[in-house]
Amino acid sequence: MSGPPEIRLSTTPTPEAIADLRLGDVVYLNGLMYTAREGVYMRALKDQANIPMELPSESAANFHCSPAARINADGSFDMGAVTATASFRFAKWLPEWMAKTGAKLIVGKGGMTSEDYKDYFVPNGAVYLSTVGYGTGALLGRGVERVEAVHWHEELGLAQAMWVIRCNRMGPFIVASDLNGDCLFERENAKIAENVARVYRGTKPAVMKRYGETDDRTDEVI
Amino acid sequence: MIPIQLIQETAEALMDKAAIEIPQDYLDGLRAAADTEDGELSSFVLKAMLENYEVAKEDRRAMCGDTGVPRWFVKLGNETQVEGGMVALEAALRQATANSTSGVPLRPNRVHPLWRTDHNNNVGIGAPEIEYGFEPAPEGEWVDLITVHKGGLFGTDYRMLFPSDGIPGIKRFYLDSLMAFGKRGLACQPAIIGIGLGGSKDICMTLGKRASTLRVVGSRNSDPRIADLEDEFKELGNSIGMGAMGFVGKNMVIDCNIEVGYCHTGGMPMSVHAFCLSSRRAVARIHADGRVAYRTDPDWFTDYQRRETIDWPPVREAAE
Repeated sequence: MSGPPEIRLSTTPTPEAIADLRLGDVVYLNGLMYTAREGVYMRALKDQANIPMELPSESAANFHCSPAARINADGSFDMGAVTATASFRFAKWLPEWMAKTGAKLIVGKGGMTSEDYKDYFVPNGAVYLSTVGYGTGALLGRGVERVEAVHWHEELGLAQAMWVIRCNRMGPFIVASDLNGDCLFERENAKIAENVARVYRGTKPAVMKRYGETDDRTDEVI
Repeated sequence: MIPIQLIQETAEALMDKAAIEIPQDYLDGLRAAADTEDGELSSFVLKAMLENYEVAKEDRRAMCGDTGVPRWFVKLGNETQVEGGMVALEAALRQATANSTSGVPLRPNRVHPLWRTDHNNNVGIGAPEIEYGFEPAPEGEWVDLITVHKGGLFGTDYRMLFPSDGIPGIKRFYLDSLMAFGKRGLACQPAIIGIGLGGSKDICMTLGKRASTLRVVGSRNSDPRIADLEDEFKELGNSIGMGAMGFVGKNMVIDCNIEVGYCHTGGMPMSVHAFCLSSRRAVARIHADGRVAYRTDPDWFTDYQRRETIDWPPVREAAE
């Protein structure tokens, strides 16, 4: 596949390897990665449950993901497709999570804002990797060498559980933030914004407004 | 009489097909998009998706890890009887959904909205949704089972517009929806965009959802003026300059389908839906003699479904 440069990266990356990443680079991961989203964050941070892994020595890669997977009767696992979930919803937990776990790679869908990157990604030496598509679930599933463990599935259900997966050239992922705190999606938004006025020409605002289109709740919406 | 066991077996096969095999019409549409895409990042994304579909079929693994919210549309011929009745049919579809969730496997996505209870099988209160349609033709006993696994979070919006908003107002809301959910690719575009116009509020949403999920790429509304709007809106969406994942590009809309229903005389409600890069749908027609024919075109919007008249003549006279 031609296109952007392709980089192999460890899930316990060196500071130098992270510093070398550029917005839009395509990355494939090797090593252990764990899934953690709102269920895991609340259990670890709010309920102060002991995290059942050595972090970040075992893994510095947090995947915002619920895999399509099952636990077999003999305790083994089958993981089919793997797709990320939208990360912006987890911003409230991530600063504390990064401080607690030393996560360097946050992997998910859609990225965060450059404000988030500058506030707590850059100070922690961390970057954001976005999945591609979205929905390259089968490609990413092939990159799962094996499922090492699943934690807290009884408490949180399969979708919110903490899955620990061994990645073997798992990807592609796209580098969506860098150590300047710049955001790939905001860069693209800015380019697209130049065209917006032209596209909207000939349309007109709705006759009846909605709150949100006026910030003053004492306004009428007509 | 349609055998109930055959319904459940077919339903399980459909869950598997929908999750793994991208429908040919969407695949053709995406290939055409990939051929024209010149944004470097957008182009990379489309190529990765095309590779993903191949890998899914080779490995018999779901194409997307997010199963969406699996649901069912059932269409019955006018004379059709189901063994055990319609309650048995609903139980069979629920059982097939649960079995396939662990069988494929699919991600168990369905939880209680407040208590977040998860049965790990995509079944619960009101889940999966089962909706019905009926057809006067062809005669005889047959049932169409249609499963759709549509993404559940982003890409959809509803607004009550009014006649004075007109087409310019419809265009504005359409663009607003694409801009809101297209950025960062939350809508998982390029997508089949479905627009519902008219109906009551709930039916407006239903029409838009069905327009995106139950019509194939390249189909056109039987009203030629609406068909023209579909062409125009497809082009409009693709002229934003936004492509896959919200990167600079020229492919946001694989196709735009519009469905209408009569609404209150004072209003013009509108809904917008996006059926994503994993546009998962699969269809089978089951006959009473045990024949099963699989396809990917739901063929939902027949003349009968769009009828305007009070009745539907059982035998339409030849026009000679």
